[in-house]
Amino acid sequence: MPSMFSALEYVPDWLLTHGPAFLMALPLIMAAITSILPNKRVAWASTFIVTAILTLTAFALALYNAEVGTTIYKMGGWAPPHGISLVVDALNAPVLVLIALMSFITIIYALPATVAEIKPNKRAPFYAAFLLCVAGLLGMVITGDAFNVFVFLEVSSISTYVLVAMGAARDRRALSAAYNYLILGSIGATFFVIGIGFLYMETGTLNMADMARILADLDGGSRVAKVAFGFIIIGLGLKLAMFPLHTWLPGAYAYAPTPVTVFLASTATKAALYLLLRFTFFVFDPSYAYVADELLYILVGMGVIGMVFASLQAIFQTDARRMLAFSSVAQVGYMLLGIGIATTASVAAGYLHLINHAVIKGGLFLALGAMWYRFGITRTEDFKGLGKTMPLTMGAFTVLGLSLIGVPFTAGFVSKINLAGAAADAGWWWAVGVIMLTSILALVYIGRVLLLAYFQSPPVVNGEVVVRNEAPLMMLIPMWILALTSIFIGVESDAVVGAATRAAELLLGAG
Amino acid sequence: MSDPSHTSSETSEPILGRDPHVLLRVIAKFLIPLIALFGLYVQFHGDYGPGGGFQAGVILAASVILYALVFGLKAAKAAFPPRLIRYGMVLGVLLYGGTGVLSWILGGEFLNYSVLAHDASHGQHYGILAVELGVLVTVTTVMIAIFYAFGSRQPETSDEDW
Amino acid sequence: MSELFSQYNYVVVIILMMTGLYTVFASRNLIKKLAGLSVFQTSVFLLYITIGKVSGGQPPILIEDKGYGADKDGHALLDGPIQLAAGDGSYILPGPGTDVLYSNPLPHVLILTAIVVGVATLSIGLALTVRIREVYHTIEEDEIQNMDFVYNLEGTAD
Repeated sequence: MPSMFSALEYVPDWLLTHGPAFLMALPLIMAAITSILPNKRVAWASTFIVTAILTLTAFALALYNAEVGTTIYKMGGWAPPHGISLVVDALNAPVLVLIALMSFITIIYALPATVAEIKPNKRAPFYAAFLLCVAGLLGMVITGDAFNVFVFLEVSSISTYVLVAMGAARDRRALSAAYNYLILGSIGATFFVIGIGFLYMETGTLNMADMARILADLDGGSRVAKVAFGFIIIGLGLKLAMFPLHTWLPGAYAYAPTPVTVFLASTATKAALYLLLRFTFFVFDPSYAYVADELLYILVGMGVIGMVFASLQAIFQTDARRMLAFSSVAQVGYMLLGIGIATTASVAAGYLHLINHAVIKGGLFLALGAMWYRFGITRTEDFKGLGKTMPLTMGAFTVLGLSLIGVPFTAGFVSKINLAGAAADAGWWWAVGVIMLTSILALVYIGRVLLLAYFQSPPVVNGEVVVRNEAPLMMLIPMWILALTSIFIGVESDAVVGAATRAAELLLGAG
Repeated sequence: MSDPSHTSSETSEPILGRDPHVLLRVIAKFLIPLIALFGLYVQFHGDYGPGGGFQAGVILAASVILYALVFGLKAAKAAFPPRLIRYGMVLGVLLYGGTGVLSWILGGEFLNYSVLAHDASHGQHYGILAVELGVLVTVTTVMIAIFYAFGSRQPETSDEDW
Repeated sequence: MSELFSQYNYVVVIILMMTGLYTVFASRNLIKKLAGLSVFQTSVFLLYITIGKVSGGQPPILIEDKGYGADKDGHALLDGPIQLAAGDGSYILPGPGTDVLYSNPLPHVLILTAIVVGVATLSIGLALTVRIREVYHTIEEDEIQNMDFVYNLEGTAD
């Protein structure tokens, strides 16, 4: 793709060399400054500029990575394995772009949304916590040091608890949702750090590439390595909302301020899922018997159960955001299934679904937020007549909803067909059946909302039919960017599929 | 919850023998400067020996918290105003981050202190001092901020409840 | 059995870990849950710190005499190891030429970070509890859930 490489000519060399550190240092420093900015408009502007720069940097790094391959940045000049290294490779570059881009899109939407949802004196801290969350997510994806992963995981988690609790201005249940998230999230992070401790005992290093090398020398390691692996998987499972460990997710998504829900749904679980990939295939290896068992029984088992059960639960939700939250748990099941089959094609499909689902679910929550902003809609039965009262918002919701179901020419179709194909190639025909079944379940829960919106007339309030009242432009733009991205991926999927395949090949080798 | 006007009338006679806290106050006044001094010792000893910004920050904050416990939150807030705290937290992070940015400007990696001075050894020395100073400022102010935040929520313990 | 005693640090860690985890799951009081969470996290601090101990090892502080040719004013003695470690990472302290056995300082550094994380989590949790108490007037989880349940029913009834 020569046209893409030429874009790199406009990027200063300094940014390409120091980009990895820049990507996490900029939001961290700017979060501190943003928190004391007196004017909330200025706070928004500074966050907007920072996320824009982050997006450009992440794109530049991803293009640079496609050109030159894996790059390693030595933090503070200390060489790995002793120093902390920041690694950009084919596996994390797309996730970096995803996080930076979603933060940028969320911030466009946040300007009108925070006016309605966050008290004026809380807005500067809100943006500061948001930037901290972005920094934590970028940091945990980019770092090559296992303990550093934990630190950034906690940076992002702690700021997320604060962000979720800020929804209390709208709904007091945000407080108990944030509290539950805090308890389960901390347990998850602590399990993760116990696992890192055991891995450190086994290998004597914290650098992930070095760990991988030593574990390979030890042929998978002793019982300590197995215990470490168990703790890490449970810890990450809590963070990524693997099926029985997902109980924090619906509350947190439903009661957080809408920009936070958008950002969380599209990035937080995805970053944890990236870590699962990194640890399962990169640090450990599927050739060790205990890793193969985990893939088969835990990831596939829990993934499939989660797909079916969470989809069923989504059907019976009366709150629209809880419905989409349970749908998120089900979609995580697809990704786990893809990872669990553990062929290059299936991992690529799981990775592809990770990216596509972030785009789709982010857009759906944006649309829901806009509906709440205009009409205070949270329940599914309030969707009556939205096709007439908010046609553009409902249009985006429809496109993204169809994409979630997996209708051809949408992003969801591309990842589901890839996943089903990979499962069929591996001989897992029953998995193909489950994918079809849960797609039908998705059709039920999205379809029932669409039916209400398009085939029922708008409700009558105070004797008058509700008239058309479209969402503000600042909400429509990010929503349609995501909706069009989802169609674009569905029609012209080469770039994204290529990125996912490169990521899977890095983990499992070609073929 | 006791009525504040009622408590103030009870304790408004500062007779030395009847003040239940006199011992506490005298000893605290003696200890607080020592605690603060020890905090600074831990801080400036921290570049080549055991110590550092985290520990020093907590010790320094402990001196302020002890002051607040003995003399009341109001007096502590007068001595260490909450406005300062917000800026202190940011200042510390900026000192830390600024060191990293400076090492970028001087051509090294982020937080590579070696480029900060004419040779690597001195650079490392200056760098760790600056970074630890940032940590000190942030940890001190954050600890005090946490204490103030929780302390301001409830009415203070009145003298009767003692 | 004697193995159990010789590795008593792990026994303590496991007891603390299980106590903490059980407290988190079994108690329905928000403050008690946080206390359990703290005990749970503390057990991890212990786990890390005890694995850093090297039998017979000294505290990892450079001793002027046993080092790298001390300068009169004291800081040149660090030149060698720091430059080498910063340069190519070929070795970390203590370097060749020293006969001092040090304990591993790395776990302590890691746990310093983890302690800060624990403090942050605990204070956010307590702050949330204070807010919950102000809004719900209780810190018992059952009562909060009842109130939310009633609130949900009212929300769907209108």
